[in-house]
Amino acid sequence: MTAVSVPPKPVRRRRRLPAYAPWAVLAGALGVGALLSLLSGTFTFTGALLFGALVHVVAITTLSAVVEGRRWATDRLATTLVTAAFVLAAIPLVSLVVLVLRFGMERFSWTFLNDDMVGIFGASVEGGVFHAIIGTLWVTGLCSLVAIPLGILTAVYLVEYARPGPLKRAITVLVDVMTGIPSIVAGLFAATLFMVVVGPQYKAGVMGAVALALLMTPVVVRSVEEMLRLVPNELREAAYALGVPKWLTVVKVVLRTAIAGITTGVMIAIARVIGETAPLLLTVGIVANVNWNAFDGRIATLPVYVFRQYAQGGASVDRAWAGALTLILIVMLLNLVARLVSRYFSPKGAR
Amino acid sequence: MSKRIDVSDLDVYYGDFLAVEGVTMTIEARSITALIGPSGCGKSTFLRTLNRMHEVIPGARVEGKAVMDGVDLYGKHVDPVEVRRQIGMVFQRPNPFPTMSIADNVLAGVKLNNRRLPRSEQEEIVERALTGANLWNEVKDRLNRPGSSLSGGQQQRLCIARAIAVRPQVLLMDEPCSALDPISTLAIEDLMNELKDDYTIVIVTHNMQQAARVSDRTGFFNIAGTGKPGRLIEIDDTSVMFSSPSQKATEDYISGRFG
Ligand SMILES: Nc1ncnc2c1ncn2[C@@H]1O[C@H](COP(=O)(O)OP(=O)(O)O)[C@@H](O)[C@H]1O
Ligand SMILES: [Mg+2]
Repeated sequence: MTAVSVPPKPVRRRRRLPAYAPWAVLAGALGVGALLSLLSGTFTFTGALLFGALVHVVAITTLSAVVEGRRWATDRLATTLVTAAFVLAAIPLVSLVVLVLRFGMERFSWTFLNDDMVGIFGASVEGGVFHAIIGTLWVTGLCSLVAIPLGILTAVYLVEYARPGPLKRAITVLVDVMTGIPSIVAGLFAATLFMVVVGPQYKAGVMGAVALALLMTPVVVRSVEEMLRLVPNELREAAYALGVPKWLTVVKVVLRTAIAGITTGVMIAIARVIGETAPLLLTVGIVANVNWNAFDGRIATLPVYVFRQYAQGGASVDRAWAGALTLILIVMLLNLVARLVSRYFSPKGAR
Repeated sequence: MSKRIDVSDLDVYYGDFLAVEGVTMTIEARSITALIGPSGCGKSTFLRTLNRMHEVIPGARVEGKAVMDGVDLYGKHVDPVEVRRQIGMVFQRPNPFPTMSIADNVLAGVKLNNRRLPRSEQEEIVERALTGANLWNEVKDRLNRPGSSLSGGQQQRLCIARAIAVRPQVLLMDEPCSALDPISTLAIEDLMNELKDDYTIVIVTHNMQQAARVSDRTGFFNIAGTGKPGRLIEIDDTSVMFSSPSQKATEDYISGRFG
């Protein structure tokens, strides 16, 4: 017990860099970076940023090591690297949104949303996406109608009812495999299925819905499964102990507790399939007019619309961008709804 | 509103693992029976067999008899859901439903079972159960706040209110005070003393003083070694158990010589 007899050192005070120091260093580093970029040949913006970032990392760490000591220097280094990684990750996201907004706004308007493509040729600047919006709503809606209940019920079976054994393992493996199906294969499958069952001439929105449901169901199963596993077992037991039968416990306690997470998961699954192009190209094709009937005839959808307009080139490219913007807006709208729903349902007041 | 339970030759398994062996005891009506014993000797396991909560664990099963009201709880054609409506349970950790308000938590037994009651009757149940659980005065102004906004001790009393709101015959409590401070513990012990006029209570506790304070009868469980099944060593009136137990092991445990 010699350690105890040594009087403890008093807690020392350490000099810290002022709060503005990292920013000042960053500004200086960017200046040096610009200079380096100039010296290395021609001045480029990217070069200046890259050199500047490197200089900043070295400068702030050294400065901190001199003033604040080793431990704080390590902290500064780590903070800088983590922040840099975050900025790097945000660049593609931000530039994508900016790009779509910039090109999309060229043609995006109220009339664009309410017009279809009947009688629009070549360099004409009229035309719109109304027919494609209707088609996308039909196809994704029908797909969700199948995939969401199927996915949720499968997840409930796996988490709440299945006993460990071959059946449970088989379903889990199948869901895993289905998650990995390339979307074009799902499209081929749906096209062939309808060719065999209904006939080779048949084209309809419902074919696309089947293809998308194939892609969406495993995603729903997976995310709902995760959410159900997060519900504490104590809540199930609390319900059983009150004499609540199992199915009511599942519906009113487990699903109710997990509903916020389930909504988010389902929305992510919808967002994942709403932009699918390949299977829709194979099944529903494209038309210029509004088709209100998803069970008869080709139907236009936003992703295929964007694909076709972009492929045509010329003035159509603007329509492609505006169509892409429309798609993103729809996804964002869905996200907003999901957020409101989960805010409304999530447990309140748990500090 | 209370019944006695006669347990005979009860063996409790987790899969192939025999956790509790050969328990025979009588749980008297309108009294508090305390179960004590070292950790892992199967007190919780045994308690959960009394309202058939044991079998919700995959692979878990029970052999033997537990007779209440002349009916073997493990007999053929006995619905576990029916058993649990008669024998309520309070868990070690307070577990109010996080999505429900205080009032809805009390009414959980009614609402989760899809029973519809007129508003006045619901309010009456809430007040009766919360009063019974000594919680009414603390929460009567905020019945619509979430159950999770209460302190730990209040949450546990809310769980007791939830359990007695469905008017069970028997109340099982698995270390209900182990997560609570001394004041909340005292509140719950007082509550048990009041409840025993109406209910048969079985409580598992690690706290010897608590067993001595609140219970009328005490059962001592012990285990011969890890992997061996737990057994009921003896059960008797609490005063006898704490003054002159007939088994050496009981005396050692109670006087703190092991466990
Ligand atoms: N869910 C379970 N699955 C398998 N074995 C369990 C389970 N719960 C408890 N056991 C085992 O049963 C024995 C008794 O446990 P338990 O009843 O919790 O003891 P106590 O409540 O007296 O501390 C222990 O050996 C424990 O490992
Ligand atoms: Mg226990």
